[in-house]
Amino acid sequence: MSTAANPQPSGASPEPAPFDWVDGQEAILYEHCGACGKATYFRRGFCPRCGATPVAVRRSAGQGTVYAATTVVRAPSPEWKAIAPYAMVLVDLQEGIRILAHGVPGLAIGDAVNIGWHRLGERLIPRAEPVASSTQGQQKK
Amino acid sequence: MSYVTGVGLTPFGRHESKNTLSLMTDAATAALADAGLVRQQVDGLICGYSTTMPHIMLSTLFAEHFGLQPRYAHAAQVGGATGFAMIMLAHLVVDSGAADNLLVVAGENRLSGQSRDMTMQTLAQAGHARYEVPLGPTVPAYYGLVASRYMHEYGLTETDMAQLAVLMRQHASGHPGAQLRDPIRVEDVLQSAPIAPPLKLMDCCPISDGGAAFIISREPVSAHALRIRGCSQMHTHQHVTGAEDLAHFGAKASMARAMAQAGVALSDIGYAAFYDSFTITLAILLEEVGLCERGQAGAAAASGHFSSDGAMPLNTHGGLLSYGHCGVAGAMAHLAETHVQLTRRAGSRQIPGTPSVAMLHGDGGTMSSHVSLIMERVQ
Repeated sequence: MSTAANPQPSGASPEPAPFDWVDGQEAILYEHCGACGKATYFRRGFCPRCGATPVAVRRSAGQGTVYAATTVVRAPSPEWKAIAPYAMVLVDLQEGIRILAHGVPGLAIGDAVNIGWHRLGERLIPRAEPVASSTQGQQKK
Repeated sequence: MSYVTGVGLTPFGRHESKNTLSLMTDAATAALADAGLVRQQVDGLICGYSTTMPHIMLSTLFAEHFGLQPRYAHAAQVGGATGFAMIMLAHLVVDSGAADNLLVVAGENRLSGQSRDMTMQTLAQAGHARYEVPLGPTVPAYYGLVASRYMHEYGLTETDMAQLAVLMRQHASGHPGAQLRDPIRVEDVLQSAPIAPPLKLMDCCPISDGGAAFIISREPVSAHALRIRGCSQMHTHQHVTGAEDLAHFGAKASMARAMAQAGVALSDIGYAAFYDSFTITLAILLEEVGLCERGQAGAAAASGHFSSDGAMPLNTHGGLLSYGHCGVAGAMAHLAETHVQLTRRAGSRQIPGTPSVAMLHGDGGTMSSHVSLIMERVQ
C-alpha cells in the first residue's frame, strides 16, 4: 500500500491557526455566521445571535469609519503613562464589526480610516489612521 | 410587599483607619438602629463586593464578623449597578418569604486601601481582557468614547455636562458627609485637567472610602418605611466595543418596566436619584428615562429644574460626583438620600413639597447593566 495515497491524518490541518493582533500578527480577525450572516469581532466559536456553529474566521481589510473618539490623558500605569496621551477610537469596519483601537491624534467621528500598526515593546497595537496618510505610510515601507 | 425600614450611611472621603469590614459594620449598625431592630431579628443578608478585600464568601464572612446567623445570605456583583440590584433582590427574597428582615450592606476603603493607579487598573478590567484591556484603556476612556458619540448624536455640550457637576457640588455643600463640598463654577469644570476628553477631572466622580446599608422588611416595622413599588433591570452588553449603539441604552426599557409595575407615570414622580459616575452618565440616564429631552439635561439643570427647590429634585446629597464613590455603596447613598427626603428626615437639605414617589436608576459597566427602582412613602 502506497503511503502517498493515504489521506492526511485529520489532526494535521493545513489551515493556519487564527492568530490576530493580540497574538502579535498584523491582522484583525472576526467570525462570520453562515446561517444568519452576523459578523462578530469577539471570537467565541459560535454565533451569539443564532447559536450556529461552526462559524468562519475571516480577516478584515481594516477599512472603516470612526464611530467614537477619546484620548487617554490620565493613563492607568507607568507603562501607559510613558506614551500618554494616546488617542483611542471605536471604528466601524466595512465588514460590519466595531473594534477598539488607538488612533493618530486629531481623529474625529465620521473620519474614514485604515487600521495600521504600531509596536509598544512586545505589544502590537492597531492604530486608526486617516485614509490618505495611511496610504503614504505604506508607500514609505 | 417589601419596605426599606432602616438606612445607614457613613460619610464618604478618606478614612485611613477603616477597612471593608469596619465600613460595612458602621453602616449596618446605623441601619439596624434606624429600623429599630436588633441583630437577632435580621434573618437575611445580601452584600456587595470590595476591590480592596476580594473574598469568595464576603456575605458569610461579614455575618460572622457582625454577629448574624441569617437563613439567607450571599454576595452580588454587577459593578455600579450592584447597590440597586441588591435592593431588587432583597425585595424579591423578602416578598417570597425566605426572610423577614434582610440586611443589604456594602463598604470599601477604595481611596485609602490602594493606590489610584491600582484602582484605575482594577476597574478597567471591566473591559474585554483580549480586545480592549491590552490597549491601555481606563473607565473614563470608555465613558469618554460614550460621551463623544452621545454629544455627536444629540448636541449635548461640555458646558451642559459641566452644569451637572456644578449642581451635584451645590447639593453636596449641604451634606456634612460629602467628600467634595467646595462650590465650583461651570468654568472650573471646563478648565479642570483633561482625563479622557471630552471628560475632564470634574466630570469624573472621586474615589472614596465609605459604606451604606439598608434593612428590607416584609412589614413596615419602622415609622419611616418606604415601600418598594417597582423594580426592573436591563442588561444589553458588557463592553463598550460590544454595545450596538451609543445613542440608546437599556435604561429606558428598565425604567419603563419598573414604572409599569408600580403603576405610576412620570407626573407622579417627585424625587429622582440617578447614577452619576461621570457627568455624561447622569445626562444620558436623565434623558433616557424622559426626565428631559435628548441633549437637554444641562439646560434643565441650569434652569433649576433638578435643584432642591426645583420641579424634580435630583441627588440632593451630591451624588457620586460630589458625595463620593466608594464602589458598591456609592449608589446606595442615592437611596439613603431618597429615603430621608421622602420620609422628611433630611434636616437642612429637606426639599419643599411632600413628594410621595421617587425613581432611582443605577448603571454598571459601560452603560451596560441597568437597574430601576420606584419607591413610595407609606405614611
